[in-house]
Amino acid sequence: MGLIKLNNSRCKSCYLCVETCPKGLIKKSDKTNRLGDYIVEFDDPKGECVACAMCAKRCPDLAIEVFK
Amino acid sequence: MQTVFSVPKVMKKDFKFTFCPGCDHGVAMRLVAEIIDELDLKEKTICSSAIGCSVFIYDFLNIDCIEAPHGRACASATGVKRANPDKFVFTYQGDGDFASIGWAESMHTALRGEKVSAICINNTTYGMTGGQHGPTTLMGQVTTTSPFGRNKEYYGYPIKMAEHIALCDGTAFSARVALDSIPHINQAKQALKKAFEVQLQGLGFGFVEILSSCPTNWHMTPKQAHDRVRDEMIPVFPLGIFKDVTAE
Amino acid sequence: MISDKKVLIKGNYAIAQAAINAGCQCYFGYPITPQTEIGEYLSAKMPELGRGYVCAESELGAINMVVGASATGVKAMTSSSSCAIALMQEALSYAYSDELPAVVVNVMRAGPGLGYVYPAQGDYNQAVYGGGNGDYKIIVLAPSTVQECIDYTYRAFYLAQKYRNPVMLLADGLLGQMMEPACFGEYPYPEVDVSSWALKGAKGRDGKAIYSCARDEQEHIRKIERLFAKFELIAENETSYEEDLTKDADIVLTAFGSMTRNIKAATRALREKGIKAGWFRPITLSPFPTKRIYELAKEGKDFVVVEMNMGQMFKDVKYAINGEAHVDLINRPCGEWLSVEEIVSSVEKIMGGKYANCI
Repeated sequence: MGLIKLNNSRCKSCYLCVETCPKGLIKKSDKTNRLGDYIVEFDDPKGECVACAMCAKRCPDLAIEVFK
Repeated sequence: MQTVFSVPKVMKKDFKFTFCPGCDHGVAMRLVAEIIDELDLKEKTICSSAIGCSVFIYDFLNIDCIEAPHGRACASATGVKRANPDKFVFTYQGDGDFASIGWAESMHTALRGEKVSAICINNTTYGMTGGQHGPTTLMGQVTTTSPFGRNKEYYGYPIKMAEHIALCDGTAFSARVALDSIPHINQAKQALKKAFEVQLQGLGFGFVEILSSCPTNWHMTPKQAHDRVRDEMIPVFPLGIFKDVTAE
Repeated sequence: MISDKKVLIKGNYAIAQAAINAGCQCYFGYPITPQTEIGEYLSAKMPELGRGYVCAESELGAINMVVGASATGVKAMTSSSSCAIALMQEALSYAYSDELPAVVVNVMRAGPGLGYVYPAQGDYNQAVYGGGNGDYKIIVLAPSTVQECIDYTYRAFYLAQKYRNPVMLLADGLLGQMMEPACFGEYPYPEVDVSSWALKGAKGRDGKAIYSCARDEQEHIRKIERLFAKFELIAENETSYEEDLTKDADIVLTAFGSMTRNIKAATRALREKGIKAGWFRPITLSPFPTKRIYELAKEGKDFVVVEMNMGQMFKDVKYAINGEAHVDLINRPCGEWLSVEEIVSSVEKIMGGKYANCI
C-alpha cells in the first residue's frame, strides 16, 4: 500500500497530478490555499495506491513525496 | 515506511519554484538535481545559467552558479571548464538563449567539443518576456509578436537544435526529449544522464533539448499544454537520440 | 621570459608574455588588427604551459569565456581592439556587477565603426565611461612605452584580483606594433586569496551564485552603493600619474598613453624656447587624477590636452580644473601622431604673443 504526502506550500494547483494518477486517487479539494486556489488532496479509502510515483514525477513543483 | 520518491538532496532547503503553475522548468530542474545526486556531482559542479526563466536555477539548486549574459551560457561554461578541467560544468538555458541570441556560442562550443553539458528548454516562445515569437515558434503559432501566426514570408522556419548540434564533430551526445508524459519524462532523465556522463568521460559536448510546456504564454491549462507538446511539437521536433558516440 | 635583462620586443608580445608571467591561466581572443600578435603569441605559449587558450568564435564569446573563467577565481584575459571592444561592453557591465577580476586589453585603432588600423585614442570614453549599461566603473591603465605595457599588465592582474573589479589596459596600435627594449623581471605583486568567493564547486559548503540579476530594490541600491564605495577606495589607493617640470610651469601639457612620449619631448622643446612648460600624464584614466589636476590649476597653471581623438580626456581635465585655469585642446582624430613640432607650435599659438619675445 502506498501513501503520498502533499506539500501545500509548494503546490500551485496546476492539477497535473489529478490528471496523472492512474487510479484517480488525487482530487481537487474544497479547501483553498492563501491565493484562493483549490488545493489537491489524496483520497485513498480503499488503499489502492501502489506508490507508482507518477504523480510525483509529473508534479512541476516537487510538492509530492511518495512512501510505501 | 519506505520512501519511494522524495525531494533530491541537492535542492536548496525550503526552496519553492517561482515558475508559473504547470511550468515544466520544475520537472527539468528536478531531473537535473536527481542526476547530480545519483552521480554525486554536487561538490564539483559549476552551472552556467542563462537569461530567461532558466536563470533562476541558482535559487533552487544548492550548487555553484555563474549567471552568464543573455545567450552566452555556453561561452561562460567554456571559460569555467578551461579554467577548471576537473569540474563538472553544465548550462541550463532556454531556446531563445541557446538557439537565437546565443546560437553562435552554442554551435561553436559543440564544434570545439568542449567537455561541458548543455540543457536547452524548448517551449516555442520567449517565456519570461510574455510569449514572443522565437527561434522555435511553430509555423502558424500565434505569439505577441506574430499576431497572425508564424508564416515563412515574415518569420522563416523553426530551428531544430538537437539535429544541428548532432552534426558537430565535437558533439558526443545530442538528444531531444519531452516532458509531456511520464514515459517521456523517464526518457528525458536517461538522456540528461548520458549528456552528463559523456562530459565526465571526457568524450565531448553533451546536449539535450527538452520540449516543455509554457501554459501561461500558450494561454492553456497545464493539461492542454502537455497535449500541445504531444500533438503539435513532437511531430515537428521528433524525439530521439541524434548522436551518441558511446553507441557508435 | 622572466629575466632582468633587457630584450627588444614588440608591445603586443610584451603584453602577452607579461600576462603569462602574471599567472594568467586562461586567454580567450579573436583576431583584430592591431593586436592580433597577442593571441598568436599566446596560442603557442599557453598550451605549452598547460594553460587555457581558446580561439573564440567572436569577441562576445571571448569576453564571456573570461566571465566564466574569472568567476572561478583564476586570472583570465582577453585582448582586442576598439570596434571589437565595443562588442564586449555588455559583459564588462556584468563583470563589474558580478565583481569579477577580468582583464581586458584594448590596443586601440581608429573609429568610429570599422575605422581603420592606424593608431588613435578614440576609445577613452568607451574605456573610462563604458559602453555597457548601468552605473559601473572599471579600472583603466594607459601605458606609454613597451616597458609600461609589461608593468601595467602585471598591475592589471593584481588590481583586478585585489579589488574584484574588471581592469582594462588601454594601449594603442602604436604601442602594440612598436619594438622597444624592455625588461620583464618577475611578477612583482603578491597573490590574492580568492577562496572566499571563487566558484569551485560546493564542497563542504552551500552552493554560491555569482549573478547581477537584482530582484530586491533595496538590496540592489545597497549593492551599487557598496560597489561605488569600493571604487572610492580604489581611487584613494590606486590613482596614479606622472608629472615633471610642473613646479614652476605656466602651462602643463597633458596626455595619456603613447602621446605622453610626445608631450615630454614638446615640454623640453618649449623650455628651450624659454616657455615655462611642464607635463602631466594620468596613468590610471579611471580612477582619474582629478585632485592633482585641480591642485595644479589652483596654482595658476594653464593646461593643454594633447590627444588623438576629438577631445575625450579634455572633458575630464576641464572638469578637474573646475574653472580654476584655462584649458586648451590640441588634437587629431586618428592617424599620424601629433608631432613634437606640431605640439610646440600649437602651444605657442595658444599662448599668443605672450612669450613671443622670449629667448
